[in-house]
Amino acid sequence: MSEEIHSETKQTPLYDFHVGLGAKMVPFAGYDMPVQYPLGVMKEHLHTRESAGLFDVSHMGQAFLISEDEKFETVAAFLETLVPCDVKSLEAGQQRYTQFLNADGGIMDDLMVTRLGMEGYTHAIYIVVNAGCKDADYAHIEKHLPKGISLSIKENLALIALQGPKAPAVIAQYLPEALTLPFMNSLDTVIDGMWVHISRSGYTGEDGYEISVKNDDVVKLAALLMSHDEVEAIGLGARDSLRLEAGLCLYGHDLDTTTSPIEAGLTWSIQKNRREEGGFLGAKRVQKELAERPSRRRVGIKPVGRAPAREGTIIQNMDGKDIGVITSGGFGPCVEGPVAMGYVKRKYAKTGTEIQLIVRGKAKPAHTIKLPFVPNNFYRG
Amino acid sequence: MKYTQDHEWIKIEGDIAIVGISVHAAKALGDIVFVEVPEVDAEFEKGDDAAVVESVKAASEIYAPLSGTITAVNEALEDAPETVNSDPEGEGWFFKISISDTSDLEGLMDADAYAAFLETL
Repeated sequence: MSEEIHSETKQTPLYDFHVGLGAKMVPFAGYDMPVQYPLGVMKEHLHTRESAGLFDVSHMGQAFLISEDEKFETVAAFLETLVPCDVKSLEAGQQRYTQFLNADGGIMDDLMVTRLGMEGYTHAIYIVVNAGCKDADYAHIEKHLPKGISLSIKENLALIALQGPKAPAVIAQYLPEALTLPFMNSLDTVIDGMWVHISRSGYTGEDGYEISVKNDDVVKLAALLMSHDEVEAIGLGARDSLRLEAGLCLYGHDLDTTTSPIEAGLTWSIQKNRREEGGFLGAKRVQKELAERPSRRRVGIKPVGRAPAREGTIIQNMDGKDIGVITSGGFGPCVEGPVAMGYVKRKYAKTGTEIQLIVRGKAKPAHTIKLPFVPNNFYRG
Repeated sequence: MKYTQDHEWIKIEGDIAIVGISVHAAKALGDIVFVEVPEVDAEFEKGDDAAVVESVKAASEIYAPLSGTITAVNEALEDAPETVNSDPEGEGWFFKISISDTSDLEGLMDADAYAAFLETL
């Protein structure tokens, strides 16, 4: 019985690497993943903000969309029917954050879209989707896929992220041009003899890179990066607190099929031309909410005092009336106190609004706050 | 020092029991960021939720290991919850509770028995 349960959980190519470092492994989105290493969540979090942290994100889905006519415009036009971001204007190597929306404008997943930069391949689109959604995402794409465009799912690729202010100096030792690689841009190149697709991006609010590399090479690459004193391995626990402090949404918590990108405060990820022209699944709701404003909004929430307010905590106004719910909540190691985000009725979304959180049956004071909790530290050239 | 299967420790001083969580529990919880202790004079039945300890990731309940009335609480944990990590079986105590029924103490493990219990997990 336990064998059967075990066999259902997949491992990334770095499984033994994590175990060797003393990681505590937990099931996450169908994979055995490191939740923390011996350093612990708090120190892993602080280390990433001060130095550099290495994350295994190989559980995420990586795939390519390629058109038979080898025209970028053909693939971009197709993908634009499923996502609200401007894909067509992507320059070679450029990356954008977007969402798959259903017909009702609800978010099915959030993802990264990149137009490959390598000569001869600039017609190809590379996507990275969430582990827990990838099968549904691929089925969704396949369902809408026109003749002449193919979806190529890359099970042979691993993905790691190096995040933190010292990440550029570490990567630059192998790839000097990484220092000036613009934010949300990528290179297809070689690091120490290994082919990589490297982008200046991540999900911690810090400067850093995400590196796609062959499964066969990822242990070597991870060991190479770990050989630097500046680098520590970071687990899912700190990944969660880092992205929460950075005000970034986690699918399945802050985003789901009931939330629209406008409610979620992701309007910035929908370029102006697409807001006006529509032409993507779910556009009707997006355009309606842009015009009339949504009935609820995602907000940052700062609980007063030290008690964390976790996901699912009911939010009330000062009269004790329910106005929303917390979707992510915990402790922010850099904030040195509790941090949360959640959805509230629009009239309470203004920064600084006094609210109450129902923690273990007691109303605790809190107020809405502008996200992020910790300033983003992205590379701006 | 005696231990429960819920990884709490109990130190008996006369008719009062001091309660905290074991080194094993503190380590398993990880970095503790918040502790909510009960109010003095609060009454609990054995097994009731008496306090809360929260790590970066999750909240856990601390049960009353015996029935009684709270006689003192460790208010220092409010401002320094990390004490539970640094000295769980000393300065990191949670509360003191009066022993109303000595039969509640039956079945508690001594340090060796608790160590053996941990081996079975």
